[in-house]
This record gives sequence, structure tokens and C-alpha cells, in this order.
Amino acid sequence: MTFDQFLQYVFSGVTTGSIYALTALGFTLIYNATDVINFAQGEFVMLGGLTAVSLHDAGAPLVLAALGAVAIVAVVGVVFQLLAIRPLHSAGILAQIIVTVGASLALRTAAMIIWGRESLPLPPFTGDTPIKVSEATILPQTLWVLGLTLVIVVALQVFYRRTLTGKAVRACSVNAGAARLMGISYSKVVLLSFGMSAAISAAGGVMITPVSFMGYSYGAILGLKGFAAAILGGLGNPAGAVFGGLTLGILETLTIGALPMSGASGYKDAVAFLILLIVLFVKPQGLFGGRSVEKV
Amino acid sequence: MPILAFLRRHVWYIAFSIVILSAPLFTGNIYYLSILAFMATRLMIVLGLNLLMGQAGQISLGHAAFAGIGAYGSAIMTTRWSMDPWLAMLLSAVLAAAVAGLIGVPTLKLKGHYLAMATLGFGEIVYILLVQLKWLTNGTDGIGGIPSLTIGSIDFGNAQMFHWLVWGVALLMLRISLNLVDSRVGRSLRGLHRAEIAAMSLGVNTSFRKVQVLMVSAVFASIAGSFYVHYVHYVSPVSYTIIFSVILVTTVVIGGLGNVWGAVWGSALMILLPEYLKRYNQDYTQLVFGVMLILTMIFLPGGLVSFRTLVAKVRERFRGSRAGPVTGPEPRGGS
Repeated sequence: MTFDQFLQYVFSGVTTGSIYALTALGFTLIYNATDVINFAQGEFVMLGGLTAVSLHDAGAPLVLAALGAVAIVAVVGVVFQLLAIRPLHSAGILAQIIVTVGASLALRTAAMIIWGRESLPLPPFTGDTPIKVSEATILPQTLWVLGLTLVIVVALQVFYRRTLTGKAVRACSVNAGAARLMGISYSKVVLLSFGMSAAISAAGGVMITPVSFMGYSYGAILGLKGFAAAILGGLGNPAGAVFGGLTLGILETLTIGALPMSGASGYKDAVAFLILLIVLFVKPQGLFGGRSVEKV
Repeated sequence: MPILAFLRRHVWYIAFSIVILSAPLFTGNIYYLSILAFMATRLMIVLGLNLLMGQAGQISLGHAAFAGIGAYGSAIMTTRWSMDPWLAMLLSAVLAAAVAGLIGVPTLKLKGHYLAMATLGFGEIVYILLVQLKWLTNGTDGIGGIPSLTIGSIDFGNAQMFHWLVWGVALLMLRISLNLVDSRVGRSLRGLHRAEIAAMSLGVNTSFRKVQVLMVSAVFASIAGSFYVHYVHYVSPVSYTIIFSVILVTTVVIGGLGNVWGAVWGSALMILLPEYLKRYNQDYTQLVFGVMLILTMIFLPGGLVSFRTLVAKVRERFRGSRAGPVTGPEPRGGS
């Protein structure tokens, strides 16, 4: 592999890696607020992309279509929490996880009925003239993906560290019981977390659609990759989620590039799951997760 | 009279066995018999998954892959290596158990739902391998010409004979599950599901028990996969996607999480419902499944087997509000 090839793989790796990062962030937000692993997370990514396609086809300018899609999916996330997760609050984590599995199947099939089986395109945000970097090329959309991901991550940090609501959310993830005693509405925090989680993942879906199209069935695999990224970075750690996503994206493309045999790209998806299994077996708390000690 | 006591204790099991095993005497219709055969193989997988979810409180989102190991193991070993189908079935089941142990040992030591994630990743890898390892699995084209099962001169290619064979095995697994739930192992499993630390302090090796259940459920799934391919004589990767794993979880929940008989009802419903929906619009099947899974969790957490308690509860509330306190049930304590 020449350096330019290497560079090319890295560019393409960070593009998809950013989407994994945003999906992983979505997992993290819900996991921190509720301990629930949301197996419908990938469907939020898929819904974001496909909703943007529909809004754009209906004549909305690209910016409005993107923002509208994010807002609509955020509402889906909130409604999902209210209708399906909240009634199971006392039933335990297992019940809530099972419901997210059901939601994933329902949303995926609903999307197939609404948008059909074809993958749908969205135009790139600002043209598709490649920019040359050394001998490698970079698409403007890649810069958009990277830039917007950075903006979202920074905004999220500011929200968590600097605003009262953000601090309330963090308080709940540390100790929900104590937070409630201090007058924080736990149910509002959970609702907010679902809304934000859905919005962030949907944003990822909107951004990646110009690069790789979007179809009803993409949610499952994107969700799984985002999830692998979240585990890699340490489940519950937002910075780790972003790092995990980017690392996973780059490792994926580099592995394919390094493998000499033809047809290696068929195994591309296996890389993420292999990493997922290795991390679970070797260092389940993730690269940045501290040792957690469970008190009886 | 020990015989009478035995009969009374197992009345449902005996009644169910008689009904299901006599089915071929009343119908020779291949379509009906094939639906019953699919129900039997589905039941085998769901019984194992039900033990894992209901007794050990762990989800597997990769059970399609364990069934896939059985299906492809049997297909490859019998068609490519001309192995005896029964030996192939056995070896596949051993492989499935070994893989389950390999996944279970590291993940089930951890608290939380790490098994769900690991099995999800594992299921996806198995699917990718089934598609990509063309020299072995023939890729998306699948493998055809899988022979029927035989014992001596008895050929189970015949639909009626196969019915007795596959239901015989399914009933055996049902018996094993019922006994397991009712045994010391079952009690220690439920103990670790409900109060892991308490179970641990009473000397239950909790993670070892969980791994054991996972391995048993993997073997059930693998055997089901083997029987399935010897019946339809063909296997392809589309049968073993993550969607199938999700449908299996749905079957367990709709039947009744943690109730062995729930596996029977769930399998029956989840096999019959698509056959019914097929007449209208097949696309809606999975939407119906997903919504049913959510609604069951919320409104009928005990699944179909708990339907009677739900009816009783609704009736009690209904009667209580109409007839007033005079004839209604005694008001309960508390507020």
C-alpha cells in the first residue's frame, strides 16, 4: 500500500467512521440515562436519511430537508419512549431492551412499506468536485461529515458541561435516585435523552446518504457498527464513542485495503463484529472505560 | 396409585403428545404436515431460547446463527463429504455447543446484557461467512440435494414419517425443558435471574450455569436446523439473518417469557400467522411481529400463556366497577 492509497483509505474510513461515531453517541445518551441498550438506534439513522430524501424530493431546500428530518426523527424517538419504553419502567431493563428489538423490526418494515426496497440518493451538500490532497482525493461531503460531527460533539459537550439541563442529565446518569431527590425530573431527562439520541443518529443518517445512499435495511448494520464503536470506546463514555466510531471506520477500510485477496470487501462488515467480539472478550469495559466495581 | 399420580402430573404433556402425534392419521395433506413440521423445528429453537431468556434472564440475538450451524453443518457434511446424516447432526450440535461456550464464558461473567451484543456480532459474522465462503457454502445460491434422514430401511423423506420423527424429538426437548425448569438446576437458574447475588452467596456458580443454558439452547437450535434441512433438502443464507434471530426472540416473548408451554403457543402462532398474512400482504408480516412484540411486553408481559390471568384481571375490574362494593371482590389492602 502506497502512502497515497493509505491516505485514501483513511479519508473514506473517517467518513463512515463519523457516522458510526454519531450512532455510538446515540447509544451512549440512552444508555447513560436508562441503562437500556437501544437496539432500534440504527433505525433512527436510517429514518433520518430516508426522511431527508423525501423532504428534498417534495421540494424542500437541502438545508431544510436535513433539519426537518432530524426534527421528525427526534419526535419519533420521543414518541417511542413515551409509548413503548415508559410503560415498562417498572418491568426492568430486559423488558425494555426487548421492546427496542421489537421497535427495530417494526420501524424497518414500516420504512420498507413507505420507501420501498430501493436505496435512495440525496445530493451532496455542496457539489461533488473532489479535492486533491497529495495523490489522494477527498470529497466535499467528507469535509461536511467531519465538520458537522465535530460541531455536534462540541455542542453536546457544552450542553453537558455548561447548561443546567445538561448537568441534570449527567446527575441522573450518575445516580438517578439521588438526582430525583434533588428535584430533577428523571422522566423528563429520559425523554430528552431519547429525543437527542434520535436526533444525533438521524443527523448521521442525513449526512451519509449523499455518500452511500440509504435503504430501509441499512439501519440494522449501521446500528450494529455504532454499537461496536460504543463498546470499543467504553459503553457510556461519549468521547470514547466518538473515538471508537472513527477508529472502527478507519480499521474497516484499512483491513480491506491490506487484505491481498480479491473479494475481500465482502468481509468488510465482519471486521466491525470481530472487533466487537475481541473487545468484549479481552477488555469489555472498552478502551477508555474504567474498571467498574459493583457494590452489593 | 403411582400411575394415576404420574398421569395427573403430566396430563397436559400426554394430551398434547397424543394430539400432535395423531395428526398424520387424520390428514395426509403435505401442506398441513409441512406447517406442523416447521412448527416442530421452530419449537426446538424457541424452547432453548426460552430457557435462556426466561430462566437465565439473558437475551441472545444470534440464535439464528446456531440454527444455521446445524443447518449448514448437516448440509455440507452430508452433500460434500457424504457423511452419515445422524453423525453430521451430532457433529454440528457439538460445534454449536462449543461456539456457544466460547461466546458465553467471557461475556456471561460480566454483569449486564453483554451476551446480547456478543451474540449479535457473532450472528452477523456467521451470516457473512455463509455468504462469502463460496467454496464451502456455495454463497447465496445455497446448497441443494440434501438427503432425507433414514434409519435402516425407514425413510423419513415421507411427510408422515418425518412428522413422527421431528415431533418425537421436539416432544423430547419439551420434556427435557419441563424437567429442567422443575429441577435444582432450574431453581438455581431462576434464582440467578431474580437475585444473582443471593444465588451466588448460596453457592450457585452463576456464570457457569448461564453458560450451560446457553450451550443447551445452542444444541437445541442446531438440531432444529439439521432436521429442517433434511426436510426441505435445501439451505441458503437468507434463512439465518439477524431478522430471524429477532423473530425467535419475538416467539419466546409472545408465547410467554419463562414458561415452557409458552414456547409451544408462541411457535404455533408465529408459524401460522405468516401463513395467514401471506394471503393479504406479506410485506406487513414483520411489521405485525414488531408491533406484537412491543404490545405483548407492555400489556401481556406473561405472553399468551398468561392470557387467562389478563382476562380474569379485566373481568374483576369490570365487575368491581359495575356492581359496586356489595357483590364485587373484596377491596385489596393499601391505597
